[in-house]
Amino acid sequence: MGLRYVIVGAGVAGIAAAESLRTREPSASVTVVTDDPAGFYSRPGLAYYLSGLIPETQLFPRSPAELRALGLTWVQARADALDPRTHRLTLADGQILAYDKLLLATGARAALPDFPGSDLDGIVTLDSLADTRGIVRRARQGLQAVVVGGGITALEIAEGLNARGCRVHYMLRGARYWANVLDPDESQLVEDHLRATGIILHHHSQIREAIGKRGRLVAVETMTGERIPCELLAVAIGTHPRLDLAQSGRLKLDRGILTDAYLKTSAEDVLAAGDVAQVYNEVTGKATLDTLWATARAHGEAAAATMAGIPTPYRSAVAQNVTLLAGIPTTIIGSVGGGEDADLVAIARGDSETWRMAASAWVVVDPHPVNRLRLMLGEQTLKGALVMGDQTLSRPLQRLIAANADLTPIRQALLADKSAVADLIMSFYAEWEQSHADKR
Amino acid sequence: MTFVARSLTLDLIRAEVLATGQVVADSVRCVQCGICSYNCPIGLDVRAYVWCSAAIEDSRCLTCGQCIARCPRGVLRFAPTDRSRA
Repeated sequence: MGLRYVIVGAGVAGIAAAESLRTREPSASVTVVTDDPAGFYSRPGLAYYLSGLIPETQLFPRSPAELRALGLTWVQARADALDPRTHRLTLADGQILAYDKLLLATGARAALPDFPGSDLDGIVTLDSLADTRGIVRRARQGLQAVVVGGGITALEIAEGLNARGCRVHYMLRGARYWANVLDPDESQLVEDHLRATGIILHHHSQIREAIGKRGRLVAVETMTGERIPCELLAVAIGTHPRLDLAQSGRLKLDRGILTDAYLKTSAEDVLAAGDVAQVYNEVTGKATLDTLWATARAHGEAAAATMAGIPTPYRSAVAQNVTLLAGIPTTIIGSVGGGEDADLVAIARGDSETWRMAASAWVVVDPHPVNRLRLMLGEQTLKGALVMGDQTLSRPLQRLIAANADLTPIRQALLADKSAVADLIMSFYAEWEQSHADKR
Repeated sequence: MTFVARSLTLDLIRAEVLATGQVVADSVRCVQCGICSYNCPIGLDVRAYVWCSAAIEDSRCLTCGQCIARCPRGVLRFAPTDRSRA
């Protein structure tokens, strides 16, 4: 009999692992346990559903027939307890599921607000398809909505509600948006675009209390006593890895489930992948959280190989994300920021802790009036980059940073003439790509 | 006449792209949102190609560029086909 593989979680990490296991071991038993009735869908795509760019049906990358063809056993239930000693999972309905190899890909959930009134009807977070459906149902022309929080999700909710005709107030605790990833000019650019679409920004603004009437939200009151009437309050202050199951199995935890480079947890035959995994990086010597789709998929595939008996470390790629910030295409690659963001209590979605590991680096900014290009230049190599607007340079920069390309030939020129940064990078990249291709 | 000449030039460029180009993907940037497939005028599942890091090799692909233009993450682009490179 083949091994019994069990995967908890049907996000991209879980599905990537399931598909990979099926390819490697066509006759093995692969069970996916999920408490999300919607199954596998594009979580980042929820923002586009919210803003009306795509219908809900478009969120599912696999048709029911494609999922059936994988021959997975699909269990829709919450996994409540894990006993690594006996290799058993207990589901919410009491059913026991035995495994030989287990993957925990339980993801992360939105951090909840703690101000008085935060349990009122009308206060929402965005984690799942069900949450998004709820927001879409409530959003209507002219509805007063308040958004608090930071990072990509807060912005996506604000823009989504705005696109659906709501009157949106976006409250920021500090002086500017996403202060630990963007620089002041970049924040300014995003905020200008938000204002241009009609979103009302409030800086240095923090909720003291949510006011309700018969259990329903009617307004928020800020620390300075200002009262903003609203029927909807969306909170996106970060996410916490879903650790309950790992805790029940007494796995070693920190901010997430601690794993080695092979995604193995402290318990034998239990691995972790995706947003829940805090993975040790042999190069940096640190264990970090990533809430990126590409990372989660790579985790799932590496974990599946290890589970199938071919120990495969997760090869940490340079963390990067491409997103629309207030409609501006933005690519964030490598180490670009640092410090704290008052709007987030934990890691946001679409974020990487490695982005804030900017060691000493020279910051070179191409002062283009519309597009922004920021390079984090180390002694010889590029440590990170942020490209806003025109994305021509994002692919070359992605390649140069990932390959740790030696930029010594153009380093002085980059520092000397900031207006020529884009041209310098493009011509250097063209030559580098050529010599790189020759070597291959 | 000017208009006709200009139109002819554009048509020639387009013909060249159609003959020698295909849509390729940088799958690391993709989050499988499906906007590409949703906007494909002939209903190709572009997203499925991207998941496999494959070029859109379906012979029915019009290389119209809708998927490239609509993708919010710059995943897709035109590139010469292997045939045209050879």
